Amino acid sequence: MAKTKVVEIEPLTRVEGHGKVSIHLDDHNNVKEARLHIVEFRGFERFIKGRPFWEVPVIVQRLCGICPVSHQLASAKAMDLIVGAKKLTPTAEKVRRLMNYGQIMQSHVLHFFHLCSPDILFGFDADPKIRNIFGVIRKMPDLAVQGVMMRKYGQEIIKATSGKKIHGTGAVPGGVNKNVSIEERDSFLKDIDRMKTWALSALNLAKNYTLDHIDTVETFAAFNSSHLSLVREDGALDLYHGKLRAIDAGGNLIFDQVDYQNYSDYIMEEVRSWSYNKFPFIKSRGHIDGWYRVGPLSRMNTAGFIDTPEAQTAMEEFKGLTRGKPNHMSLAYHWARMIEVLHCVEKIEELLNDPDLQGNDLLVKGDRAEEGIGVIEAPRGTLFHHYRVNEDGQVTYCNLIVSSTNNNEAMNRAVTKVAHDHISGRPKITEGMLNHVEVAIRAYDPCLSCATHALGQMPLVVEMYDPGGSLLERRGKCV
Amino acid sequence: MSSCFPEILLIGYGNPGRMDDGLGPALAAKIEENPVDGIIVDADYQLTVEDSVDISKYEIVIFADAAVTGDAPFFFKKVHSISPSGISSHSVSPGEVLYLVETMFQAKTTAYVLGIRGYEFERFEERLSEGAKKNLEAAFEFIMNLVQSGKLIESAGSICNK
Repeated sequence: MAKTKVVEIEPLTRVEGHGKVSIHLDDHNNVKEARLHIVEFRGFERFIKGRPFWEVPVIVQRLCGICPVSHQLASAKAMDLIVGAKKLTPTAEKVRRLMNYGQIMQSHVLHFFHLCSPDILFGFDADPKIRNIFGVIRKMPDLAVQGVMMRKYGQEIIKATSGKKIHGTGAVPGGVNKNVSIEERDSFLKDIDRMKTWALSALNLAKNYTLDHIDTVETFAAFNSSHLSLVREDGALDLYHGKLRAIDAGGNLIFDQVDYQNYSDYIMEEVRSWSYNKFPFIKSRGHIDGWYRVGPLSRMNTAGFIDTPEAQTAMEEFKGLTRGKPNHMSLAYHWARMIEVLHCVEKIEELLNDPDLQGNDLLVKGDRAEEGIGVIEAPRGTLFHHYRVNEDGQVTYCNLIVSSTNNNEAMNRAVTKVAHDHISGRPKITEGMLNHVEVAIRAYDPCLSCATHALGQMPLVVEMYDPGGSLLERRGKCV
Repeated sequence: MSSCFPEILLIGYGNPGRMDDGLGPALAAKIEENPVDGIIVDADYQLTVEDSVDISKYEIVIFADAAVTGDAPFFFKKVHSISPSGISSHSVSPGEVLYLVETMFQAKTTAYVLGIRGYEFERFEERLSEGAKKNLEAAFEFIMNLVQSGKLIESAGSICNK
């Protein structure tokens, strides 16, 4: 009987947070099993209990230093219901939307230019000494500067709408606490054309990479799955608000226009002993077949169209690749992500030209409720915040299904497929082979801090064990 | 004496939700409450690549961060740019940001790191330990004296006079 070797990649480089990949090999270096482990846990859902509800949109930003705005907005949407604000004022909703577009833009840009571009510019097997952002700066300095400047633009929008970089307070239960001034608006408008040009340029880079490497993209970590996201009532992509839509691998509706207040009737979470990260699934399909994907790729698959012209054109081209059927290629996340950047820039321009941003009617209140659920499309996918609050205003229950948790099963499948395709049976495991596994996970842009409701980061350690469990090799990387 | 008056950017970074890790933002907030001419402050959870954009506009940058080890109440030293082989977007080091400043924006910003000694980092609480509070006070006094004395400006004289 063959014994098992274990290769561990811990934690991942250029992935937000802290994770570990273990690949179990037999005597012939064939992959027996591959898993993505989430190794840090802080119990944020327990931590939030007992807190005053009005503090929650600020407190939840501690979940993550990368996407605090998404948590702020999802929790604020839940708390809107607690304070009885069933419909926000136009100014409040538009300021929040602007904040969300700024957040998604800056997050996607950071991922593409600084985490993904080294892989697609230099190749998955390239020397890690050049396969990094500094290598990109040396090879394509203009691209690197564009990435930094676009990220900065998105961050400045967040600052203008959220109030400050740390623990922003812009979104509050029932609305927002500030509008966007004329000065702020004009400062963003003067650079918007440049942002659009650069967004189109990045989109072309991602699209051309996909089309030029279609043989790789079609097979690398590609597998059929269901997809889930919010969509608008008319089926359009909507990153701030909408109803839940899920489709199967063939593009057939599993459910549509589901009010997310009823999400627990449709989605369940499974706990597995080897990971702190939960595994959500669609109830009607069961825990074996009910897993699904979220995020940019899923949004391109679930949404019928995009309501901004240039992103719509880009979406049509994207959908044309699979003749209108769902795209299941993990590496196509990059192309989808850049379509969303263009959409965000177009939406930002639309909002900046809307005088409602300068309105002073910021808050709505109504009858207090005991329960509120807020759902938003975060950069990495659908984000659920669910709270119950007692009559003293203290949180008594909190359940979060964060974007990267929704993709947990998909990332594990991606790891398994790539390990089988690129590591199995090889006499020696190289850094390039291990990077293939990381490339697959990076396509999902997971935020493992969020996924475990934790904060933290660590260097990469790769460990390989012989069939008896003794350490054969240890690889370390600085991040 | 230099004839120009370079503005100093102080970036206090860290996570206020992890106790003494919030020393950097706490220093930034304290300076903001007691403003002096010649120093601009910013605060964030961590240093990120886009910080290079702002830093490239200043003659001097001070990175204020909590120190897990090292001398109390603080240490203050010059930073040199470094070009590492890997990078995380979650955070970059002061030396890496300086590298971006120099390579992407061709700026010659002089950089220092102010490491304020902290003691408690693990708990999920938004407060400083008693020891960290004392070290914060000492670091604040040091920065105020340094800025008002003009010593940093003199050290950046070669840049000002170019």
